[in-house]
Amino acid sequence: MSSLYTTISLLPQVAWDTDDKGVTSDGAILPPIGEIVLQTIATAIIFGLLFKFAGPAIKKYYADRTVRIQRELDEAAAAKESAVGDAAQIRESLGDIAAEKARMQAEADVAAAALLAEGRSRLVAEVAELEARASAEIAGLASRSGDELRGEISRLAGRAIDLVVAESITENTHQQLIEDFIATVGASGGPVSNGASS
Amino acid sequence: MNDPRIDGYARALFEVARADGTLEEVEDELFRFARSFESTESLRSALTDDSIPPSRRQGIVEDLLGDSATPTTVQLISLVVGLGHGHDLVDIIDALVARASASKNLALAEVRSAVALSEDQQSRLRAALANATGQQVNLKVVVDPKVIGGIVATVGDTVIDGSIRTRVDQLKARL
Repeated sequence: MSSLYTTISLLPQVAWDTDDKGVTSDGAILPPIGEIVLQTIATAIIFGLLFKFAGPAIKKYYADRTVRIQRELDEAAAAKESAVGDAAQIRESLGDIAAEKARMQAEADVAAAALLAEGRSRLVAEVAELEARASAEIAGLASRSGDELRGEISRLAGRAIDLVVAESITENTHQQLIEDFIATVGASGGPVSNGASS
Repeated sequence: MNDPRIDGYARALFEVARADGTLEEVEDELFRFARSFESTESLRSALTDDSIPPSRRQGIVEDLLGDSATPTTVQLISLVVGLGHGHDLVDIIDALVARASASKNLALAEVRSAVALSEDQQSRLRAALANATGQQVNLKVVVDPKVIGGIVATVGDTVIDGSIRTRVDQLKARL
């Protein structure tokens, strides 16, 4: 590292020496030895100064950085641990949720089955009741219709009989009926009983 | 029928007719009017409606009977209707006719026929009913088309039914 730095620090000198026609060196590359020594001393001084004044700051920077990184690592570890805990809790919760879900599903299934059975039995009962009522109504209607029809036929027949009989009785028939009544009552020869019909 | 009020009116009307010397005629006219009154809804409504003034109800009676009845009959009916006893008119007349029959020792015989009876038929029927019931009868004939044909005679509680109506009803019942 040191030699590399020396080499690099000498390069401008070499270029300067190359450009300055009045200065010479022992080699084509290296400057004169005295200059190398001075440069080395200067460099050592610079490094010494740097080590003395910038060193603590750099050390402090790196120490702080180390602390910060460590802290971040610790935080990350804590976060990871927390995350693992949370994950475990979540997994546990998920397990609870699944169990609760299963329990609720089971309860819902039972309730649904009971509701279905009850609804089915109620529907069956209602259908049976409706059928019975409809049958009774149909029977009633049929009976009523039959009764009404019979009544209507009877009424019409009665009117027809009245009309036919009334129209068929002539004046002679009236007189004959009256004479027959008088003759029958007169021939009875004694008191007649209540409600007697000749 | 044993309502003292009705009996009272019947007795009063009976005495008026007897005093007038037209009892038989008045009794017969009243009887026929009562039967018409029974069977005619509009007449019954008009003569029993208390919202119609008495004079108006009496006017209806006079217009209806006019010259077809004796003045005594018209006056007696007008009196009952004018006093607001139209509802009791039939009962009063029936009581009067019964009283008239009793006064002559006759049984009241109500005869319903589809057609009018001649005097001869009435006479023979009266004799036949007397023979059948064993008592002389006061014959009252009502022409009632509902009988259709033949005769229905009612003497007291005895009914002698020789009507076509009854036979038709029996036939209908059998149907």
